[in-house]
Amino acid sequence: MDWEVVIGLEIHTQLATKSKIFSGASTAYGAPPNTQASLVDLGYPGVLPVLNGAAVEMAIKFGLATGCTIARRSVFARKNYFYPDLPKGYQISQYELPIVHGGKLDIVLDDGTVKTIGITRAHLEEDAGKSLHEDFHGLSGIDLNRAGTPLIEIVSEPDMRSAAEAGAYMRKIHTLVRYLEISDGNMQEGSFRCDANVSVRRRGDPSFGTRTELKNLNSFRFVEKAIEVEAERQIDVLESGGRIVQETRLYDPDRNETRPMRTKEEANDYRYFPDPDLLPVVVDDALIERIRAELPELPDAKRERFIAEYELPADDAAILTGQRPLADYYEAAVAATKARPKAVANWVLGELTGALNRSGLDITASRVAPAQLAALLDRIEDGTISGKIAKEVFETLWDEGGDVAQIIESRGLVQITDSEAIEALVDDVINAYPDQVHQYRDGKTQVLGFLVGQVMKASRGKANPQQVNKVLRARLDAPPS
Amino acid sequence: MHDLTIAQLAEALRARKLSAAELTRHYLDRIAARDGELNAFITVTADDAMQQAERADRRLADGTATALTGIPLAHKDIFCTSGVRTSCGSRMLDNFVSPYDATVVARLNDAGAVMLGKTNMDEFAMGSSNETSWYGPVKNPWDTARVPGGSSGGSAAAVAGRLAPAATGTDTGGSIRQPAALSGITGIKPTYGRVSRYGMIAFASSLDQAGVLSVTAEDAALLLEAMAGFDPRDSTSLDEPVPHYSAEIDTPWEHLTIGVPDNFFDEGLDAANAEAVRAALAELEKLGATLKTLHLDHVHLSVPAYYVVAPAEASSNLARFDGVRFGYRSPDAEKLDLASFYKRNRGEGFGPEVKRRILTGTYVLSAGYYDAYYLKAQQVRKLISDDFAKAFREVDLIAGPTTPTPAFLLGQKTNDPIQMYLNDIYTIGANLAGLPALSMPCGFVDGLPVGLQMVGPPLAEAKLLKTAHWFQKVTDWHRRVPPGYE
Repeated sequence: MDWEVVIGLEIHTQLATKSKIFSGASTAYGAPPNTQASLVDLGYPGVLPVLNGAAVEMAIKFGLATGCTIARRSVFARKNYFYPDLPKGYQISQYELPIVHGGKLDIVLDDGTVKTIGITRAHLEEDAGKSLHEDFHGLSGIDLNRAGTPLIEIVSEPDMRSAAEAGAYMRKIHTLVRYLEISDGNMQEGSFRCDANVSVRRRGDPSFGTRTELKNLNSFRFVEKAIEVEAERQIDVLESGGRIVQETRLYDPDRNETRPMRTKEEANDYRYFPDPDLLPVVVDDALIERIRAELPELPDAKRERFIAEYELPADDAAILTGQRPLADYYEAAVAATKARPKAVANWVLGELTGALNRSGLDITASRVAPAQLAALLDRIEDGTISGKIAKEVFETLWDEGGDVAQIIESRGLVQITDSEAIEALVDDVINAYPDQVHQYRDGKTQVLGFLVGQVMKASRGKANPQQVNKVLRARLDAPPS
Repeated sequence: MHDLTIAQLAEALRARKLSAAELTRHYLDRIAARDGELNAFITVTADDAMQQAERADRRLADGTATALTGIPLAHKDIFCTSGVRTSCGSRMLDNFVSPYDATVVARLNDAGAVMLGKTNMDEFAMGSSNETSWYGPVKNPWDTARVPGGSSGGSAAAVAGRLAPAATGTDTGGSIRQPAALSGITGIKPTYGRVSRYGMIAFASSLDQAGVLSVTAEDAALLLEAMAGFDPRDSTSLDEPVPHYSAEIDTPWEHLTIGVPDNFFDEGLDAANAEAVRAALAELEKLGATLKTLHLDHVHLSVPAYYVVAPAEASSNLARFDGVRFGYRSPDAEKLDLASFYKRNRGEGFGPEVKRRILTGTYVLSAGYYDAYYLKAQQVRKLISDDFAKAFREVDLIAGPTTPTPAFLLGQKTNDPIQMYLNDIYTIGANLAGLPALSMPCGFVDGLPVGLQMVGPPLAEAKLLKTAHWFQKVTDWHRRVPPGYE
């Protein structure tokens, strides 16, 4: 039987404001427990929330970048439930009237086709604190540093039809929020996490199946794996004549399975109602237009421009524009070198990315600056060094820093372009390998590569390979003297 | 000294005929002598008061004094006071020492006022008789077998018994005006948002408003002008300039049209009470006001609407009292699982009226009931608000009784919540509509004071205070002191 999986995602993105959404306490990560919790965050008697305007602007930014309608009036509501890391006994969120709604986002599928995913809404809310169940000898510890950190919850339409699509959508949102600089997107620190609503139906069935909600998926890989195993589970249940129960489930990555959460926790009736402590958020056209004017070039537009302007293959353009700092790095290098943009792309995606990965560094922490890379590429371009030598110079730049010209100079890496010197090297190789020369002249021309290699080796890589090729060919093709 | 108004005391202090220390000592002595009978105070901060008084005397000497410097005041125990227990009349907060001052407290402190202590109140301001307090009922100084009204009953009794020249209060459905009426003093609930709610423990956030209980309207004006004004820490506070109320009340009388809602004189209103109120209205007419009968179409729905909206908000506002971070934690709660931990702490920390309202509020917000109750009540609230707005296109103020009857006996209504709730039938409308309202003494029935309520359009505090002040210039109901408390 042919099944189709239907997926909608709810992505919680921590906003990169300096202070919390309703208090002046810092949002910095990693401080000792409860040192960044003000009386407001602690839910003390008599305190009141005051909205952080920066969080509103960031939510609007997201809305504009995804073609959402920006609500001229949105309302904060209280979501009521008891938990020790929820100090007020309610979470301030938005319910009936979110700040933005009705947008969309394009994702590129593996086969290159583009699919549009609907964004139902994105609403502002405060995060809860953290419960620490270890190290307290039968008690639980509560850290309220995170309580009151601003979030937007981005709710998609149930438009995705595979785990891979869900992964692509989540990555796209991740790219976007970082482009917009509204979130650091740090998944280890919980700044970007996702719940997935998953159901299956027989292909062609117009109505949706009963869905389950997978909670707190904090990596792209887990999202994809969790959806896969949950869809399989649902199909198994249905095919064996069972019924799907609408419930909240947790993904266990160790056992690669989903399990229902305790039913107690989902029996909550949240009793949403408008928060009387906060006025409706009123947004005027002037604010929206100011934020629109401040929007950076978005990933899709940048990718298209890279393809057009730099004549890059779509894949290169997609990777380079996947992170705004990487795209910025690339453009800075392109602007500073005479090398072709495609050559710059090869270096950024090859040597540079390799070095970053080996060092576990982000592009913003690259040890080779765009200007250094550009200088290196210029030396290839003007024939001072070969591409091979350039890789050596790059390693040196990465490990020790310094100036490209100086490294080439001090290590004697300047390419041998002197014809006589190359001819001498070629003659030595012809004399040293009579068998191979013979083979070549018998028509086995593929042996040329071996001979070129021997010349390069003899020059310790410094001979100009094109010249070597040319001279060698001329010598071999000439009738034996 | 305690027969002087704040205006008179301030004059005496500035003239150095009296020191703040002497004045404070006098009130502390009165509290020590008389509060055993009234139970108006939960906490008396005698040492702090004397230190504040000494600082006030220095300010009075060096010329940095304000109109309130050296004036002793009592604060309802709903206002957070730094370093002082802030109980809200509840066992839940019996051990809670606030780490900060409410904006109201901070502003009065800055003005140099002296805090005598924290006054008794219905638990979390839920009550109309001050009988729900964890600290026991407050007695009405006019008849100690009777209630002083609530929830600001301690503040009302303290001022009526002349244990404090004035006190702060809060009013969610009548909690300043009703006790002011039953205790024979003046009480004003300003426009919603006129006074910051920061540091005032929330009961029903969209209705709560801080105000003043005092002997005269003039004194209320002096306090209100120090308390009111925009507070960046309260998003619902109004960013409007604060008039110089104490100067405004003495400006010449201007012609006023006073609307008298016929539906405030209904079958629930005690006949003798009605007579006193009508006499007071006639007095206002003599002052030059024009009376105009009008009808508020939906005001009869104010009690049911209120008892949906207020408990709904309360059920959420009081969720933070869980024994996790502060407040009451049952001795054996830590041995229990989480749900039982909450139930034990809240079950033992809250009294029955608070529980009743939390249950009511939880119910009306529940899935399936929200539309029928909460949403409907908000619609009714809008209708009531519109009725007032319509009326104020024709009249300057609306006047009528504050309460249906004078002070009732302790225990008389404790077993009948509906009867208790109906005591606020005339006052709740102003809260639902966010309007300023004032109650002032206007007569007596069998030795018990009767209150006249006046309601104004938004930000009409000056007009209310001025009308009350002019009324108080030609009457002496407000100057009467309960026998034994002269």
